Amino acid sequence: MSVSAIHDDHHDHGPAKGLMRWVTTTNHKDIGTLYMVTSLIMFMVGGAMALVIRAELFEPGMQFVDPMFFNSMTTLHALIMVFGAVMPAFAGLANWMIPMMIGSPDMALPRLNNWSFWLLPFAALMLVSTLFMEGGAAAAGWTLYPPLVLQTGAAFPFTIFTIHILGVSSILAAINIIVTILNMRAPGMTLMKMPLFVWTWLITAFLLIAIMPVFAGAVTMLLTDKFFGTSFFNAAGGGDPVLYQHLFWFFGHPEVYVLILPSFGIVSQIIPTFSRKPLFGYSSMVYATASIGFLSFIVWAHHQYTVGMPIEGELYFTYATMLIAVPTGVKVFNWISTMWKGAITFESPMLWAIAFVVLFTLGGFTGLMMSISPADLQYHDTYFIVAHFHYVLVSGAVFAIIGGVYYWLPKWTGRMYDERLAQLHFWLTTLSVNLCFFPQHFLGLAGMPRRIPDYALQFAEFNAWSSVGAFIFGFSQLIFCYIVFRCMSGHGEHASGEVWEGASEHGLEFTLPSPAPYHTWETPPNVH
Amino acid sequence: MALHGSYFLPHKATQPIIGSIGLFVLLAGFSNYLNGSDIGPTMMWVGAGTIIYMMFIWFAAIIRESIGGLYNHQVEISFKMGMIWFITSEVFFFAAFFGALYYCRDLALPWLGGDTPGTGVHSTHQFLWDTFKNVWPTNGPGHIGGNEEGEFEPMAAWGIPAINTLILLTSGVTVTWAHWGLLKDNRRQLIIGLALTVLLGFGFVFLQGVEYHEAYSEMGLTLGTGIYGSTFFMLTGFHGLHVTIGAIFLLIVLIRSLRGHFSSHNHFAFEAAAWYWHFVDVVWLGLFIFVYWL
Ligand code: HEM
Ligand SMILES: [Cu+2]
Repeated sequence: MSVSAIHDDHHDHGPAKGLMRWVTTTNHKDIGTLYMVTSLIMFMVGGAMALVIRAELFEPGMQFVDPMFFNSMTTLHALIMVFGAVMPAFAGLANWMIPMMIGSPDMALPRLNNWSFWLLPFAALMLVSTLFMEGGAAAAGWTLYPPLVLQTGAAFPFTIFTIHILGVSSILAAINIIVTILNMRAPGMTLMKMPLFVWTWLITAFLLIAIMPVFAGAVTMLLTDKFFGTSFFNAAGGGDPVLYQHLFWFFGHPEVYVLILPSFGIVSQIIPTFSRKPLFGYSSMVYATASIGFLSFIVWAHHQYTVGMPIEGELYFTYATMLIAVPTGVKVFNWISTMWKGAITFESPMLWAIAFVVLFTLGGFTGLMMSISPADLQYHDTYFIVAHFHYVLVSGAVFAIIGGVYYWLPKWTGRMYDERLAQLHFWLTTLSVNLCFFPQHFLGLAGMPRRIPDYALQFAEFNAWSSVGAFIFGFSQLIFCYIVFRCMSGHGEHASGEVWEGASEHGLEFTLPSPAPYHTWETPPNVH
Repeated sequence: MALHGSYFLPHKATQPIIGSIGLFVLLAGFSNYLNGSDIGPTMMWVGAGTIIYMMFIWFAAIIRESIGGLYNHQVEISFKMGMIWFITSEVFFFAAFFGALYYCRDLALPWLGGDTPGTGVHSTHQFLWDTFKNVWPTNGPGHIGGNEEGEFEPMAAWGIPAINTLILLTSGVTVTWAHWGLLKDNRRQLIIGLALTVLLGFGFVFLQGVEYHEAYSEMGLTLGTGIYGSTFFMLTGFHGLHVTIGAIFLLIVLIRSLRGHFSSHNHFAFEAAAWYWHFVDVVWLGLFIFVYWL
């Protein structure tokens, strides 16, 4: 299929001027930038909330905030990081990179693409505004379990509708990405030649289309239970609060894979480039990603071991969850094999990718521990869980995103970032993330519960370390903001088209000039 | 313009931002209304009006571009794929509510009724409602909703619902017949087929209105009638909403057909509407079997 593009404004081929350029743009690069910048802002907002949490937990006793506000912080921190920081960052990378990687002039449905993005700031506004409402923001945790969440004050319907808007945004973005990948590839770009970042996003998009509507349905039931007298989660009416947990985790577990699969893709782009070798086991990577996508739908109740389930259920979900480790292991071994005997150099993107492989695997191992239902009775709702998901999400998803930004920033801006500062950023972040989250494993094993602003005295020391780590982590990200801002504002050495030595053999995007022109692949490349 | 072989990329889209503002105002207004604030309803009207305006100008742009010949075959494939994945997401939305129905009927209610083979008696049954027996339909051990005595009458399958099944199945046939007409460039068949489908669609909605009225006024069956009322009205209500949307969609396609917008090889809007209609049809069959009948 041959794609060449026409535009409805043949005369000016560059971007429009002023603020309206960003509001009305249909260009995948503009929209990618909008997503990335929004993501960075929300990362800082969510990060500030995390620091409120860690400040309160620095020592035992009540210091700064009241318990209700503390729980609003944990709730909003999680919702903002998941839906405001990580998912938009992936969507931004998808927008920037997928068309350039598959040789397409743009996303398949450009107007819809604009809408997917422009729903986000409104959702963010709605969510953050709940902090100022009577009764405070939702404080029942990001999982919004009833009956607790039904006690939320004026913020309740706003929180529910935020989820709805985010759902619409994600579904539309997912549709666009699937259609782009299936319909817009350059001649010769067969499915099994696609870069892994494109593959992982394709599967992620399928997950999104299946899960976001279920989440929307579940929170709709919360809304009608509270305001319209339904009994979905009310046992007196024949419903069951546990039903909500099933619906939520049918969404929630695939959702955590939405948060990690594109990271797998990014890392699979970076490691071959800096190992100067093709990716080891390409097709097994594709099949592993697909298997993970499938398995992620049939393991959800491993989040509910302690709530009460028939013994058959406990057994089934234990074994099914353990199965996921198999394709995940395939990926980890493939990354290592790619580096094996490679001519490796350690520029920043590679550092983040390697740290990802190590630390994500650690998070995967704790996941395996928790998958064992009788063992999870001990771990559940403790800081062990918090440690697990921050290893997979921060030193997993976020590390891959940051690595991806360093990898492609020269392509986007035409400028090399400051490598020395970037290395400083990397080491500060990596050391502090471990200082922050590693002790939490032990806190959890010793019985410290999550989502509680105070704790017993014996947990004091590890909590203090954890808070110190969190603050170093948070402030280190200012270095990142500075580095990115420098490149965006046209400082730094000029980047070549290839950017990284030999990179043009690893992806179509590196055969384009840097910065990538406003429109690329208007006549499609021929892929061999 | 010789545009064949080129993929059309629109620029400067104002519709999406209008849509976002509209949706924000609508939902913020709805929230305010639910919280008992007076400006809620006004905001809802403004928001809904904005969204309708956005849809109007968005679809107008698409129709203009389509008639202007700007879309090549590949653009049409993008639209078709987009529609298919959109419908898929809708399927999963309904799946959540069907899932709630199955979970309650097959797991939660038996447990509430004390029936947990192999593991003894469920403690909710033992300590809270040890006299509760699980018989479907139910409004739960607390007799939530219903008439003064907490009783209600379930909706029988073989009255209006059966007629509605017939209506929707027939409408599936008429829309296909209209499609055949379009493929043969037989305008008469296209327009009669579509008009019949639209009539049947709105007929369905009307009958469902009658059914709801009866439920509320005579049967003690409301949205608040325990889990039966909840699942019944949420499932059939969301479905009815989709029928209404589908019927409006078909009505617009009918108007466009009258204006001669479609040809045997270029009629994406018709196909999208027809797919949507079949989707609504299939959901109804699920409803008829699992909500009304069994
Ligand atoms: C080998 C892979 C993995 C396994 C076996 C696994 C297993 C588990 C289990 C059993 C729990 C529930 C623990 C409990 O609450 O008692 C859990 C929680 C969690 N996991 Fe994983 N996990 C894996 C990978 C991931 C990945 C890749 C992510 C995200 C990128 C992730 C994110 C989370 C989150 C956010 C929670 C906590 C949810 C909450 O309760 O708020 N996990 N995991
Ligand atoms: Cu999970």
